[in-house]
Amino acid sequence: MASSVGGAKFRRGDRVRVLSLDVKGHMRTPWYIQGKTGVIERSHGPYLNPESLAYGGSGLPAQPLYLVRFNQLEVWEGYTGPGDDRVLADVFEHWLEPA
Amino acid sequence: MPRVHDRGGWPTDEPIDRSEHQIMDWELRVSAIRQVLGQKGLLRSDELRRGIESIKPSRYEALGYYERWTESIESIIVEKGVLTREEIDQKVADLEAQSR
Repeated sequence: MASSVGGAKFRRGDRVRVLSLDVKGHMRTPWYIQGKTGVIERSHGPYLNPESLAYGGSGLPAQPLYLVRFNQLEVWEGYTGPGDDRVLADVFEHWLEPA
Repeated sequence: MPRVHDRGGWPTDEPIDRSEHQIMDWELRVSAIRQVLGQKGLLRSDELRRGIESIKPSRYEALGYYERWTESIESIIVEKGVLTREEIDQKVADLEAQSR
């Protein structure tokens, strides 16, 4: 895939917080993990940016994409399932900050 | 408040409908059109998604899965100037006239 700017910022095991970016158009970060803290499970490598591709853009610069693991108890208020339940989501690097 | 397509975690008392339905011929055609447009570089997945997400929420709720694809494909190829709405409407009218 296309080269990214600066390479991947995060490694497996890093704690990250998902930003709540004010993106009005197309984006791939579901609402329920925005503002939540998770752990990097895997780095997928760089992918063209769908926020640009959705409007006929080049998708460059490619953005590192990560599989991020969240604890369900932290994602959902009043979650009543088992305490070790997890939810996994693919999140682009520009949506993440260190936590 | 999440946008209409951003469905994960929406509260509901309804059980999840896991039933399968028979795929209709027109649905297969819509899928085929989408694939051909993709192969020709005229429609990317993210454009298709953006088109679906741009459907008015009340209409989004009323449409089925491939109906949403159809609306999105039409709006994207019109936007790109591949076809005009008039050409599409004329073709539909011609096909309806033939089938009578």
